[in-house]
Amino acid sequence: MNANPSKSDPGREFPRLANIGLSGILVTFSDVLSEPANRAALAFRARLGTESWAGVEETTTSLTSVYVRFDPSHLSHATLGKALTALIESEDWFASSLPQKRRLWRIPTAYGGSFGPQLVEAAALAQMSTSQAISQISSSRLRVLTIGFAPGQPYLGTLPDAWDIPRQSGLSAQIPACALAVAIRQLVLFTAQTPTGWRHIAQTGFRGFRPESETPFALRPGDEVMFPQVSEEVFASILAGERGENGGADWEDIK
Amino acid sequence: MSGSLIVHQAGPTLSVQDFGRPGYMAFGLSQGGAADRLALAEGAALLGQNPEFAVLEMAGVGGTFQASQDVRIALTGAPMAASVDDQPLAWNASQTIRAGQRISIGAAMKGNYGYLHVGGGFATPQQLGSRSHHIVAGIGSPIKPGMNLPIGADANFDQPDQRLPIPDRFSGGTLHVLPSAQTHRFSKAEIARFEATEFVRTPRGNRQGVQLGFEGAAFATEQQLSILSEIMVAGDIQMTGDGIPFVLLPECQTTGGYPRIGTVVPDDLPLVAQAAPGTRLRFRFVTIETALETNRSPAQVQTDLKRAMQPLIRDPREIRDLLSYQLIGGVTAGAELETSDDQNG
Repeated sequence: MNANPSKSDPGREFPRLANIGLSGILVTFSDVLSEPANRAALAFRARLGTESWAGVEETTTSLTSVYVRFDPSHLSHATLGKALTALIESEDWFASSLPQKRRLWRIPTAYGGSFGPQLVEAAALAQMSTSQAISQISSSRLRVLTIGFAPGQPYLGTLPDAWDIPRQSGLSAQIPACALAVAIRQLVLFTAQTPTGWRHIAQTGFRGFRPESETPFALRPGDEVMFPQVSEEVFASILAGERGENGGADWEDIK
Repeated sequence: MSGSLIVHQAGPTLSVQDFGRPGYMAFGLSQGGAADRLALAEGAALLGQNPEFAVLEMAGVGGTFQASQDVRIALTGAPMAASVDDQPLAWNASQTIRAGQRISIGAAMKGNYGYLHVGGGFATPQQLGSRSHHIVAGIGSPIKPGMNLPIGADANFDQPDQRLPIPDRFSGGTLHVLPSAQTHRFSKAEIARFEATEFVRTPRGNRQGVQLGFEGAAFATEQQLSILSEIMVAGDIQMTGDGIPFVLLPECQTTGGYPRIGTVVPDDLPLVAQAAPGTRLRFRFVTIETALETNRSPAQVQTDLKRAMQPLIRDPREIRDLLSYQLIGGVTAGAELETSDDQNG
């Protein structure tokens, strides 16, 4: 983490505007991931939502930036660029508070063994015992930094410094859906079986994407998530579908 | 008139498509929808209906279909050998099919994606505001033999049959590219080499994107493997870890960690989608001002298509003429479209 994100790129000022295709502008708050830069992106997008400018068709965040898709036949690049610049300058987005209407989720999790075959390896890289690893991760309150790669799939951060471990150089053959994997101080909660370079440390019964449902996307950027450890018995009942469509998870509004 | 289209035989990748689901990028879902957007507009113009109506996209090869009632159809996109009860059907034209007649659509003779439109559109169930099968995300289901695809009411059933000139967007060419947020990560020399290189569409590709082969060194940036994942849009030209470009299509992931050298303008994207393996493609950077002037709005596209339409003449010799161009160009089997590789690691 870098407390002063612009340090890594001294020639360039942040936030920075760039065109994306014919109908998009990207507002980048930092070229490296930091908590303030992610908070800035979430807060800035939330503000764009309340401004609801005519011609803006969609907004989204990545880890440290905000993408604005618009209709250039009704809103010119110059007009939107000026409006974005004015909004950027209207406050210190790196210091702004997180948006409202976020939720805190608690997702029951089975760590290690067959549920997390790479927990031992990951803990060793983080230079701690597996029980210390479980204790640290299961007690961390993490934020959905962004959702991407696959529908509804969250990148969660940030874990303590010790977890600044690299991805594997090669890809794991397959990681199951609802698996929890770790790298670079982040967790990914996979929504579908996929090959990955992240290390598989635990398993949940939580589906981030439910295409058949009225509410197909469970998590939103900015939501917070904890992964408390549960016994094999409890986890078996989750897998058996006895604890609801959220895989035993519950949530509350963040006040 | 409404009813259904019965699917007797189906190529490996038939899917119902429309313009997809804009607005879900924040949830990691790309827009999806028809690979060749211009084909949607052509079919809508031929049938005199809303371009948002759902159509059947046929990747590489079509199938055999039967209408439960009289139905108007139009065939657009990659030309495929098509017949009704063994009488040839004209491509890029609207025609009326009688109840019980069998429509057979074979392999693409040029390009990748052919489209079967019906008057009234397909009335399959909507999910998240669209009928599109998003194959990567698992929204919707593949079209299989034995299925009955419901058809909406056709408000223009009595409209005379029309035809459009057969466009050639199936032979590659020069694609116009806009600079993007990561273009500055490539050196001027690399950008010049990119513009000077002739690329060939490889067999790797699907509705997520297509891989391009070329001769020469890999395209590299500094820090290529350590840049932060950033949003991705259809048209982005992504340089993967081994320095080989992929051009992204409607089902691309919403974020990716590989640098994008630029973005193909929307009007040229159908050329990418329709480039069969072996097709040659080049890139030329243009400014946003130029692209805004030259790219047509959907309304302008509809106006241009209406102007270009002519009545379909039912002269067998004429129909033979319409089909004759199909002898030009290579044949693609379509199986290569099935390669479903992870492009983003």
